[in-house]
Parts: sequence; C-alpha cells; structure tokens
Amino acid sequence: MSTQPQKIVVVGNGMVGHHFVDEMAKHEGYEITVLSAEDRLAYDRVHLSEYFSGKTADDLAMTTPAYYNEIGVNFFTNAKVTNIDKAAKVVTTEAGETYAYDKLVMATGSYPFVPPIPGKERDHCLVYRTIQDLEDIQASAKAGKVGVVVGGGLLGLEAANALKELGLQTHVVEFAPQLMGVQLDKDGGALLRSMIEGIGVQVHTQKATNEIVDGEECVHRMNFADGSHLETDVILFSAGIRPYDNLAREFDLAVGERGGIVVDNYCKTSDESIYAIGECALWNNFIFGLVAPGYTMAKVTADNIIGGERQFTGADMSTKLKLMGMDVGSIGDAHARTEGCKSYVYSNEPDQIYKKIVVSPDGKELIGAVLVGDTSEYDSLLQYALNGIELPENPDGLILPSSGEKPTLGVDALPDTATICSCLNVTKGDIIAAIDCGAVDVGEVKSSTKAATGCGGCAALLKKVTDHELEKRGVEISTDLCEHFAYSRVELFHIVQAEQIKTFDLLVEKHGSGLGCEICKPAAASILASVWNDYILKPDHVSLQDTNDIFLGNMQKDGTYSVVPRMPGGEVTPDKLIVIGEVAKEYNLYTKVTGGQRIDLFGARVDQLPAIWKRLIDAGMETGHAYGKSLRTVKSCVGSTWCRYGQQDSMAMAIYLEDRYKGLRSPHKIKFAVSGCTRECAEAQSKDIGIIATENGWNLYVSGNGGMKPRHGDLFATDLDDETLIKYIDRYLMFYVRTADRLTRTSVWLDNLEGGLAYMEKIVKDDHLGINAELEKQMQNVVDTYQCEWKTTIESEEQLKRFRQFVNSDTVDGNIEFVTERDQIRPAQGEEKKYGVKIQAVDLTPA
Amino acid sequence: MTTENTWQTICPTSDLVKNSGVCALLANEEQVALFQVGNDTVYAVSNFDPFGKANVLYRGLIGETKGDIYVASPLLKQRFVLNSGVCLDDDTFAIKTYETRVTDGKLEIFG
Ligand SMILES: Cc1cc2nc3c(=O)[nH]c(=O)nc-3n(C[C@H](O)[C@H](O)[C@H](O)COP(=O)(O)OP(=O)(O)OC[C@H]3O[C@@H](n4cnc5c(N)ncnc54)[C@H](O)[C@@H]3O)c2cc1C
Ligand code: HEM
Ligand code: SF4
Ligand code: SF4
Ligand code: FES
Repeated sequence: MSTQPQKIVVVGNGMVGHHFVDEMAKHEGYEITVLSAEDRLAYDRVHLSEYFSGKTADDLAMTTPAYYNEIGVNFFTNAKVTNIDKAAKVVTTEAGETYAYDKLVMATGSYPFVPPIPGKERDHCLVYRTIQDLEDIQASAKAGKVGVVVGGGLLGLEAANALKELGLQTHVVEFAPQLMGVQLDKDGGALLRSMIEGIGVQVHTQKATNEIVDGEECVHRMNFADGSHLETDVILFSAGIRPYDNLAREFDLAVGERGGIVVDNYCKTSDESIYAIGECALWNNFIFGLVAPGYTMAKVTADNIIGGERQFTGADMSTKLKLMGMDVGSIGDAHARTEGCKSYVYSNEPDQIYKKIVVSPDGKELIGAVLVGDTSEYDSLLQYALNGIELPENPDGLILPSSGEKPTLGVDALPDTATICSCLNVTKGDIIAAIDCGAVDVGEVKSSTKAATGCGGCAALLKKVTDHELEKRGVEISTDLCEHFAYSRVELFHIVQAEQIKTFDLLVEKHGSGLGCEICKPAAASILASVWNDYILKPDHVSLQDTNDIFLGNMQKDGTYSVVPRMPGGEVTPDKLIVIGEVAKEYNLYTKVTGGQRIDLFGARVDQLPAIWKRLIDAGMETGHAYGKSLRTVKSCVGSTWCRYGQQDSMAMAIYLEDRYKGLRSPHKIKFAVSGCTRECAEAQSKDIGIIATENGWNLYVSGNGGMKPRHGDLFATDLDDETLIKYIDRYLMFYVRTADRLTRTSVWLDNLEGGLAYMEKIVKDDHLGINAELEKQMQNVVDTYQCEWKTTIESEEQLKRFRQFVNSDTVDGNIEFVTERDQIRPAQGEEKKYGVKIQAVDLTPA
Repeated sequence: MTTENTWQTICPTSDLVKNSGVCALLANEEQVALFQVGNDTVYAVSNFDPFGKANVLYRGLIGETKGDIYVASPLLKQRFVLNSGVCLDDDTFAIKTYETRVTDGKLEIFG
C-alpha cells in the first residue's frame, strides 16, 4: 500500500500562491488545496492596468479551473481563511469549512494602505489592487470628470495613467517633494514630473490631505494642510501597501514591528509547519513589493517541503517600466547613499533624458543607476551591477549617447550566476544546464527554464546567451528556413534560379517536405517574385502571401487596411491630390501624410478596397507597394530646380529611381532618398540607398537605416554620373536580394556579410565575381515586367471575388467600428465598442 | 432566443480559394473562416482572432507543422489548428470549429 499523500494547504491564490502551486504540482505524493478569498483564481496583477486598454479578466487569468483540475489541485474560491488551529493543523474558512494540513503556505499578499484622512470612506474613494477595484473605478469614472491619485509612487502613477485613459482630468497628489522617491533621485524625479505634466496630468507635491468633504463643482473637495484645496469626483489611494498578516497576528505567528509575517531563509514562519511567501512575508525585516522575489520564495518553499536545501537570500529590487509611455529605470543604490561612491550624470533637457550611474568608491563596480526617458542601457547596466563585472575605464561611456564605440557587454563576460530572466529567476547557469540536458535552440531552452515567459523583456538577452553557448559547443546554429526546407534563403534562391522553378508546389515537392508554413511560404513568394516577377495573386501564388500582400494593403489592428498610392519623389499634381481627397471623403478614411512623403488613407474595409483603387487608378495613380517587402519610397528634396543651394536635379533623379525600382520584391523593405546638396535635407544617409548631389555628380551611400537600429549609410562611391549611379544601384540591390536572409534589411545584411563594404566594392566596381552583367540583366527583367498589382486585380473578376468579407452575404463586419478624433475617424477601442462580440473561445475541460 | 444547429448552405465550392481562406456568415451571425486545403478538404473555424480581437482569421496563412494543419493569424501570427481549434502558441486558447460537407457542389456548414 502506498503512503498517505502529504496535505499542503495554500492560503491565497495571488500571483505568488499560484506560482507555488505550479512548482509543487511537479512533485508526486502531495495533495494540494488552494483557498482563495477572491471570487476568481489567480490573475496577473502586474499587468492589471491593461484591463483598461481592452484586456478582459480572462486575458489576465494566470490559471483556469480546468488547469487546476488537470494537475490534480483542489481549489475553492470565495474561501477566506479565518482560523488556524496550529496544534490540530486545521484551517477554517469564513463559511465554516475546515481543511487539515501537514504543511500550510500563507500567500495572502497585501492590501493598499489608506491614510486615516477624515472622509476617506466616502463614495468614489477607491484603491487599485484587484479586478473588483478596477470595475469600481470604471463605474466611478463614468460619472465624473476629475480624478485624483493620492500617492506619487510607482503604483500611483500607474493608477493615474488609468484615470487618464478613462478620460478623467487627472491629478497626482504626493506628500513628498518628488515623484517615485523610492526609485528615483531628485533630478530624475523632477524630469519625470515635467514629462508627466507635459501629457496633461497635474502633479502636486508636498501636499498633505487634511480632510475630504463635499465639493462645489465636483463630488469631493480635498483640503490640504497648506490651506489650498482641489475638487475631484474620484479619489484613488495609492499610498503604499500593507501585508495581510492578520491571521498571523491572531494565531500567534511572529510578525514584524511594522507588519509582515516573519520568515527565515527557508520561508518558514515561527511555526515549523507553516510557510509564508510573497508580499505577506517579512524577510530580514524587509517586504518585497515585486513579484519576482515572491516567485523565488515560492520555489524555495516547494523545494524545502520536498526536503531540498534551497534558500532565499534576498532579491534585487531594480525596476524598469514604462509609465504613460515614458521609460523609467532604477537599479540598486539609485540615491548614491553608499559612502564614498561617485556618480556620473548625463542630462539632455531638449530630448527629456536623464541618466545617472553610481559607482563604488574604487570606481570598479556599478552599484546604482537612474534612467529616465531612455532605458536602452538598462539591461547592460543591470548585468554590471548584479554580477560585479569590472567597469570599463570610462564608465560614463555606458550612458553617453553613442558617438563612437559604446563598450558593449559580451555575453561571455557574464558569470554563470548572472540572472538573465529576473521574472522567473533564470540564471546563465540554468541556461547552460538546459543546454547540457539536450536543449538545442531558444525554444527548447525557453520551455525547459521558463525564461522569457514573464514580462518578455529578457528575450533578446536569452537568445544571445543561448546562441553563444550553443556555438561554443560547436553546435551549428541551424540556418534552415523552417521544418519544411533544410536550406537557407540564399540556397533556395539559387535553386529557384538554377532549376527555373516557378511555383511553391514544385519547390516543396522537389526540395522540401510537408505543406509549408508562415515562414517558408512568404519567403518563397518573395524569391519567386524577385526572379520571375509574376503577378503575386496568381492562383499558384495567392496562398503564399503574408498578411499584407494577400489583400494588397497594410492590415491594421482592427482588420481594416490602409491605401497608399505611389507618389514618386513625393511629387503630386493638384488634380491627383483632389482625387485623393475626394476618395478619402467618400469612404470616410483617416488621412495622414507619412514619413515617406506620401499620403496614407486608413480604415478601408476589405470589401471597399477595389472600388477605392479603381478611382485612384482611373485618375492616373498606381499602387505604392506600402504593403510589400519591396521598394517603399524615394524621399527627396526639391534640389537645383528650386533650392538656391541645389547642385543637381534631385527631384528628377528621385522620380526616375522610384519608377525604376518600384515593385522590386526583396528580403525586406527598401528605402531610398536623394538630396540636392550636402545639406542633406532628404536625410539620404539614413536610407538603404542614399544619394547626395555634388558639384560633379552624385555620391552614393549604401545600407543606411533609420528604424529600430539606426545606421549611417557607408559612402560607397563619389561623383558618379547618372548612368554609373544606376548601374551600381542595380548591382548592389540585386546582390542583396539574392543573398540576404529573410527579413534582413540592407544594414544588417552588410554588417554580417563577410568582407563587408570592401567586398561589395570589389564586386560592384571591379566585377570581382564576374556576375555584374547577370545582376543587371536580372534587374532589367524586374523593371521590364513591372505591373501595378492593383490594376491587374481590379481588371480580374476572379480576383475581385476574393475582396469581400463574406462569401454568402453582402453584410459588412460589424466588429469594425470607428470614433471621431481631431475631425477624423480612428478605430474604436475597448469600452467604445458598442457591438458585443461573442468570443468563441471554447472550454478545454476534458469531457 | 435559442437556435438549434442545422446544416446551412453557404456557397458553391467554386467560391472557395484553394489553400487559402474565405469567410461565411451563419444564420446566428457567427463568422466562420473556411479553408480549402488541397482539392478535397474544407475546414471551418471561428473567424474571430481571440488575441487580436478582430474578425480576420480567414485572411491568415495556412501552414503545417508535424502533420497539424493550422492557420496563422494575419495580425500577430498565433497559430490555430484547423481541425481542433487549439492554439499552438498558447494552449489556454482555442477557437470554435465547425463541421462541413459538400452537397451538390455546394458547401454546407453545421452551425
Ligand atoms: C497595479 C499593480 C501593478 C504592479 N506592477 C508590478 C510590476 O510591474 N512588477 C512587479 O514585480 N510587481 C508589480 N506589482 C506587485 C505584484 O503584483 C505583487 O508583488 C504580487 O502580486 C504579489 O503576489 P502575492 O501572491 O504575494 O499577493 P497577491 O497577488 O496580493 O495575492 C494574495 C491573495 O491572497 C488572498 N487572501 C488574502 N487573505 C486571505 C485569506 N485570509 N484567505 C484566503 N485568501 C486570502 C487575497 O485576496 C489575494 O487574492 C504590481 C501590483 C499592482 C497592484
Ligand atoms: C533655400 C534653401 C532650402 C529650401 C528651398 C529647402 C526646401 C525644403 C523642402 C521643400 C523640404 C521638404 C522635403 C521633405 O518633405 O522631406 C525640406 C526639408 C528639409 N530641409 Fe530644407 N530647404 C532649404 C534649406 C535647408 C537647409 C540649409 C537645411 C539644413 C541645413 C535644411 C534641412 C532640411 C531638413 C533636415 C529637411 C527634412 C525634413 C523632413 O524629413 O521632412 N533645409 N527642405
Ligand atoms: S539638400 Fe540641398 S538642395 Fe536639397 S533642399 Fe536641402 S539645401 Fe536644397
Ligand atoms: S513606429 Fe511603425 S510599427 Fe511602430 S507604431 Fe509607429 S507605425 Fe507602427
Ligand atoms: S525578465 Fe521578465 S520574462 Fe524574463
């Protein structure tokens, strides 16, 4: 006969309680019972605010009854524990139910502290912690105009953001002289304040509220100690949290002077059989108000119950977050309180950036940092701080804008103890262990360590570490496109060309397996288009096209499309402009001039696209390929025709180039620009192909990039005549199209190309590979076979059939709804939607 | 109002697009994405993308992994297996699936 399973009872099913259940359920021989005071199971409190931007309670849920059933966990909601009998080892709930335990785990979390201000219990005085609170806030906000958050800490500002999004005129009232006093220093706090005020939230510091009474214009009037007052309809208290330690107090577990259930390194309370974890636990006289330390406690406790020796030894409280769209980060000793430490500060008022690092007295280690307005260096700085990595000679280089080489931190320099994922507490050592146990790619490392499954912020670092470790072991990082093709994109390109393959079906039959997927199909479509330049919606090709290409428009978040007619060089006649205006008006489309010097029309339903394009094409316009991985625009300045500095006719050149390369399908989008002189008004050096006029001709820059990772174009050739310029571009681009991996811009491609710029110069200028004639011929073929895909589409009955929402009805999609903003439409969001969409997610409970 | 599920005639099979999707509206206003895979098989699943919260799944790309045939949402690329509705990227999500059949060259859905 088997032994009785040990009974584990968990009080509270918050984030930490749930994490414990997940950990504990991995082990056999335990019967787990969860008692939750809330009327639902655990949900993601960290992302609570997203409830206001459209997430539902279901989206926030971290578990489901079905999941608990599946892993064999008993659970009871609305089951608040009110009694603990330590001698009998039994707990009792409010409803009088009793549960016996061998081990009891307290994960009761905390509650918001409401300062004892007279009037605090009036209606519409609320807190911000549970889904129920959010529902109450939403209801109160509907009735009011003004909202106040009491408390300017991290949570208070998040709450203020919520009030603002609910449409209230929002104020933050803070007792201290600055915002986020725990995480930020004075200057950082001041900058944050001005940024927050810049978006219309009023901040009042050094205000103590004396009382809340009836208001004249609003529901409440808050009277402050300095004699001033503020009227408001809703008040949210966010003045800190207090641990739920009432059970511990009542039933004689040790609690701290200022609250919290005292635990040791094993998360054990003063009772041998009772543990406490998460925000209710006081370790080393400290309560951790973050979820990551709670998760660690959960792991330690589970380990201790099964007889392990893991200990909780504190946690890092560094934070990085986005508040109302503003980046804020804080690491370690942000206030530079360590004796003898030294600080470096970078402050840039125009761009609203403030960065400070605090280094140890000997200047060797990073011990703290404050980042406001730009947190791009947070990850590296945190690794320096957590791992005591020796700082470079000039540590200020770490936070200065990158003028030259920024000392980057190689992943090799990280010790095995370095935390890579702080949400799930996964170290570099854990990743190495996973690889040693057989994980061969990031996906497998992720599923075995759970790294990058929390906030996701560590995903890039995780990939770097994993790839690096795999490479060290001589594992070749697979360049296979996907499970259907054991070839890279470059190899497939060669195959298509050499064997004259014209369809995906043939390609997969001869060189691949299976039916294909969302990786290889669009990649093959792009290769086939670069080589053969067929109409991309031909029956052979239509099923290969990705989101945008398949309906020849950029799909927006609500399933509508944008319409972007080509405007070579940004030049447009008044007549065409009028037609664009008429179309936009008739179909009620949101209209915007884009960064690419042309006009986008947003909000067209799929069934409206053909009629819209017919109007534009009849007026002499054509598709702008804004949806394709292909040439976007050639930006330009007016050049010598109008500008008194102009050296060459940059307009004419831009238009010529845009007409030449329009429709060229490539591994990623391609942007050009032409400036009429060295003043560079068209910003050509940030483009894939940049051209700047000189007295004698044109200077050609290549592989520049704006976007996520800006890169200055490299000067490739100088003083070219028109003909040579075109030849060089033909060769350069076609070589890129042939050899780049999918979704790789020219900038990254060049950086990764062996031999780099010098090699490309040899090929393009000296015909090093003897393929220039072929490259030019191939490009000429693309130019000669150009067609406006929209023209072809609207002329084909068969194609037009595809452009409708329903095959069996003329109705339109009722889920697409707009509201008006600044006199134009925009998609309705969350609450604004009237239409009750049935979410057809099904219950996965095994029958 | 309660409605009972019945076989509803949708469209001639020639209106389907091979290896790609179209969308149908059922009597109870549910939107159904229809995918013809190869020459004979037609899958029917809910058209609503529970992640992107938009009626767009019929415009997704059909893919296959280890024998499972799925549609990848055109918005954020979550994959839903066509015969079970299960999401391959987050198994706490699934979309509704429908039975289909062809009668006299017309596609019918049970729903
Ligand atoms: C708006 C907001 C934003 C946040 N953002 C972040 C962030 O960005 N990063 C971060 O790390 N942390 C953040 N936090 C903090 C994080 O949410 C908490 O650290 C975490 O939720 C603590 O988990 P817990 O399980 O200890 O407590 P809780 O999640 O509070 O769960 C405790 C549960 O126990 C229940 N309970 C209490 N008493 C009893 C009883 N007697 N019987 C039964 N059940 C009981 C409670 O009702 C509750 O459901 C945020 C918190 C909020 C409110
Ligand atoms: C008489 C001389 C000038 C004329 C007629 C002129 C004209 C123009 C025009 C028409 C544009 C719009 C092009 C576009 O939309 O991109 C433009 C943009 C620009 N100009 Fe000038 N310009 C002149 C001088 C300068 C000088 C001297 C500089 C810088 C030193 C400059 C910097 C810029 C920049 C950076 C842009 C790009 C803005 C953007 O991206 O839209 N211009 N100029
Ligand atoms: S780049 Fe030179 S030519 Fe062109 S608009 Fe600017 S100043 Fe004039
Ligand atoms: S930068 Fe580009 S991708 Fe990002 S929100 Fe703007 S338009 Fe979208
Ligand atoms: S750090 Fe948040 S998921 Fe890894």
